[in-house]
Amino acid sequence: MEYLIHIFIIAGIYIILTLSLNLIVGYTGLAALGHIAFACVGAYTSSLLALNFGISPWIGLIIGAILASILGAIVTYPSLRLKGDYLALATLGLGVIVYSIAKNWVGLTRGPMGLPGIPAFKLFGYEMNNVWAYLVLVLIFVFITFIAIKNITNSPFGRILRGIREDEIASQAMGKNVNKYKLIVFVIGAFFAGIAGSLYAHYISFIDPSSFTVMESITVLLMVVFGGMGSLAGSFVGASALIILPEFLRFLGMPSSVAAPLRQMIYGLLLVILMIWRPQGLMGKYKFK
Amino acid sequence: MTMLQAQSLYKEFDGIKAVDDLSFVVEDNSIVALVGPNGSGKTTVFNIVSGFLKPEKGKMILDAKDITSLSPFKIACLGIGRTFQDIRLFPQISVLDNVMLGLKFETGDRFQSALFQTKRMKKEENESVKKAEELLQFVGLLDKGDALAENLSHGQRKLLELARILALKPKIFLLDEPIAGLFPETKRTMFGLIRKLKESGKTILFIEHDLHSVMDIAEKIIVLDHGKKIAEGTPEEIKKNKEVLKAYLGKESL
Repeated sequence: MEYLIHIFIIAGIYIILTLSLNLIVGYTGLAALGHIAFACVGAYTSSLLALNFGISPWIGLIIGAILASILGAIVTYPSLRLKGDYLALATLGLGVIVYSIAKNWVGLTRGPMGLPGIPAFKLFGYEMNNVWAYLVLVLIFVFITFIAIKNITNSPFGRILRGIREDEIASQAMGKNVNKYKLIVFVIGAFFAGIAGSLYAHYISFIDPSSFTVMESITVLLMVVFGGMGSLAGSFVGASALIILPEFLRFLGMPSSVAAPLRQMIYGLLLVILMIWRPQGLMGKYKFK
Repeated sequence: MTMLQAQSLYKEFDGIKAVDDLSFVVEDNSIVALVGPNGSGKTTVFNIVSGFLKPEKGKMILDAKDITSLSPFKIACLGIGRTFQDIRLFPQISVLDNVMLGLKFETGDRFQSALFQTKRMKKEENESVKKAEELLQFVGLLDKGDALAENLSHGQRKLLELARILALKPKIFLLDEPIAGLFPETKRTMFGLIRKLKESGKTILFIEHDLHSVMDIAEKIIVLDHGKKIAEGTPEEIKKNKEVLKAYLGKESL
């Protein structure tokens, strides 16, 4: 049972990542391949604050999310001139840089040795190391993220984002400050990704750079595309499906040296099948152009 | 009164002069046509006026304000609404939302009011829907409001693009080939709408490469060839102009 709840918690964390990336990729149409970098900043910030200064994970979570947003703003600002593939490459570069820093700045992050013993969240003096309690906590954050992204997209502001996705030049001709909107979108996306990273760190209680590789960013992007770009329900389905389905492989009794690459192959296969039969994703309305 | 003024614009692409020392004036509440053979630099002029291209030399002045170095969205906010030769709608968005994207919101454009779904934003949104529907009625697309823009016919797209910039309430309309590829009937509708705009006090500058089509609607015609202004005047004057005939027909008389 605990194992099942564990899977749900991980799925919840990925749903937060997927929802926030969907705002950037699905609604605004910006190619972003470095989303996990923001989670990495959130995770390391709140872990280091808790380990080195004894700061409460709650405060660490907020500070981590804010630092992730700032990183989002710093990276986005110069890349705003870039479009399509070039923006994808710039964000991919961000993913690689953040990963390298986490791996090589041993003095701060302990590099590949990782950070063990990250304290759990505490509520009224009660330590949340029970999986049930943590599931509730994660679900609350999933709910907050969902409401925030839903409100943002379900408004004139959200309509402008869709306009940018459809045609940037026409949006400018309609008097919309496209760069400002892109910047805001990246900042919001990074904020929630930072929260997800922090939730992950204080749950697993150990982080190392291998959790934040570029491949992880691509997995989250895959969840967005699989569920459907520009569909919030799709993000739930995409993230849950791609977390839960590979777990069945464990029951086939395969050694982990086979199961891990098999997981990647299944992801790849699913994507190919999807692009052939349903290019808009399971629940999406918008097609790739 | 002068609405729009171009002062010796100069723009080249890799050494080829696209616009060469071009000056013109568009008076307030007038219909001006910019005509010329293919490749004469008409769309380049539009791109300079709307800020998508920056001229190497020269100035653009809108309503006594220098707009040469401003970014396209600021120029749009200051009152230049343009359409595109290749029609740039928001294809996978509904027709009504396309028009609403042209409207200026006071609070709803802001991320905070979206996040907290403020009452003011919702009230504004309801008013905007009404405004957008009025504009769709004006161009005769009200019944298509829920359709996706990509499912409209060519003529309907042209009309929607016009409705969209009407929502922007510009001081001057820049229409890039508003009647290109239209059936005669839709062409008449489009000209009718342009005349209505003029009657309601608007200023229109439009591009057309077919000289005959513009004769009965334009009050002033500016003729471009190879980026240079070769003639300017009323339709009667242009009809008789030898330079124009040469540029269009390669000879001096019909």
